[in-house]
Amino acid sequence: MESFFVRFKNPLMLVLLLLAQIIGLAVQVRRPTAPLAAASATPDAAPTSADPHSISLVRYWVDSVATPFERFFLGIGHNVRTGWSNYVDLRHTRQQNVALQQQLSDMRLQQAAIAQDALQGQRLQALLGFQQHYISRTVAAQVIGTSGSDLSHVLYINKGREDGLKPDQAVITPDGIVGKLRDVWDHTSQVLVINDQTSGAGVLLSSTRIRAILRGTSTGRIVINNLTSDSRIKSGETILTSGGDQVYPRGLPVGTIESIALDPDHQPYTTIHVRPAANLSQLEEVLIITATQPDLPLTAKQDLAVGAATAEEQAKAAAAHAAELKAIEDAKSAAQIVADRLPSLHDANTADASATTPDGKPADLTSPAQSNKVPRPLPAIHADRYSPGSTPPAADLTPGSSNPAPVATPHPTTPRIETPSTEIPKSDADPDNSAPVTKKPRPKPTTPTTETPADTQPAIPPPTGN
Amino acid sequence: MPTRSYTSRRELEEHSFHPAVTLLVPVAAIVLQALLPRPFPRFAIFDLPLLITIFFAVSRRSPIAGALTGAVIGILQDALTNQPIGVNGIAKTIIGYAAASIGLQIDVENLTTRVLMNFGFSVLNSLLLFLINRRLIGQPDFYLSWTHELLRAVANTLIAIPLFLFLDRAKRTE
Repeated sequence: MESFFVRFKNPLMLVLLLLAQIIGLAVQVRRPTAPLAAASATPDAAPTSADPHSISLVRYWVDSVATPFERFFLGIGHNVRTGWSNYVDLRHTRQQNVALQQQLSDMRLQQAAIAQDALQGQRLQALLGFQQHYISRTVAAQVIGTSGSDLSHVLYINKGREDGLKPDQAVITPDGIVGKLRDVWDHTSQVLVINDQTSGAGVLLSSTRIRAILRGTSTGRIVINNLTSDSRIKSGETILTSGGDQVYPRGLPVGTIESIALDPDHQPYTTIHVRPAANLSQLEEVLIITATQPDLPLTAKQDLAVGAATAEEQAKAAAAHAAELKAIEDAKSAAQIVADRLPSLHDANTADASATTPDGKPADLTSPAQSNKVPRPLPAIHADRYSPGSTPPAADLTPGSSNPAPVATPHPTTPRIETPSTEIPKSDADPDNSAPVTKKPRPKPTTPTTETPADTQPAIPPPTGN
Repeated sequence: MPTRSYTSRRELEEHSFHPAVTLLVPVAAIVLQALLPRPFPRFAIFDLPLLITIFFAVSRRSPIAGALTGAVIGILQDALTNQPIGVNGIAKTIIGYAAASIGLQIDVENLTTRVLMNFGFSVLNSLLLFLINRRLIGQPDFYLSWTHELLRAVANTLIAIPLFLFLDRAKRTE
């Protein structure tokens, strides 16, 4: 008869293996109280790893086996890309160079515009005694591998303890933050990306300045789920690091708000999905922040000084241009100024604008005769003996006689109305009128713009002068 | 003339492998799984270590060997992630044991059998990972998109067929 163990060796072996692994899981996931107490007692001690020592050894052994292959393939790919980009694919390099130089010039102008604000901000911070942490030293590294599982978002980089890296150092790209160092070995490090479910970061909403905590999810997305509903929070708002987690320096870009929705499991909190600023799925090179300092780095100070100098030069050039315009304005003669301010005699002649010839055609104001013609005043609506052109010439007047009736000056454009009327005492007709004077209805005001014959004397002497 | 069935004598043959194959193929699968998602992010949907576990388990037709193979491959896979070591180990131990047990009963070299087997074990792997993270480790916020897991199962099945045909050449019939 077979013994129990021989008969059920297969299930027993399965149970044994499962039990051993479950015990290993239980050892790893227990709350780490002792390492935290030791770290708080000695702040200057090196940061401890997230795993117990034995587990770290297992990870180190596996990493030692996998990393050489990853470095090898990375090297091959790098050499091929370098050879292609540096020797073969040099098309459009000249155009790219010109475009980049133009872009650099534009950015220098932008830098000048913000340099003054930045310097003022520095002064205000100094007055307030505000402690800021600026990035003073970084180490560049290349991503050589991943975890291989989309439930665990970690990266492997080709720099380690030998390059000055330590656990919990921030990893960033020029676009935004990536994560922090989790495990550091001699020549390799493991980066915990911000979209991993065990990752977190202290963040700040740029416009509303609301502080929040950013977390990763098991599906690889990043969310903020510790804020209640607020109408000020809108999609598209930029998220920055707050600096409160003591890992990421303040002000680094994290991402933008993608959507906001109520969390049904944790009301009244909302779930805010964030689109990361850095492309977390296709990272090639990253920067590890190895040191920070309370004041601006030397290069940043030099850049600010250059920007401030450029801004000052621009202001001086603008002031010089304004002064030049003012000098030109001041150089105008007094007569010219008066002439500019007074209306022109030629401009105010509205009668000439509606002038017509005796034939009824509109007068040609561009002709030399019309341009030299002295403008005449508008005729009176109700002519009397004082209206221009209504007084008969002196030769026709008899001293001591009664006041002569005003000579009506018919409107050149109005048709003649021949009505039967009594004849009035004949008087010399106005040389300007071609028709005999008869009693007729009150004439319409005339606009005497007709050409006077050269041999006739006008009733009113023409004004002299300009 | 004996009729072929799922329990024909041919299917009860046990296969062995050269020690180098036993050692290098799982390591190569783990390295490729860690390497390829960097230039091809979509490659993370595949699970090469799972397919290798299934292949070795059904080829050896020994539940103990299958369980041990799954445990080792799963632990190596966990070592490259930030998850506690043992999550994938437990899942692949169970799958290795189940695959070897099924290999004892049916013809696993049939194309249809391989398709159904790979699809089923891929879904089982996702279910086991969900239960381990949710119940064993105690992560209440852990959840999976089951649509994505079904797509993963289809993708694993598609890549398993040519992979199994390639690895069949390394078998040594006992």
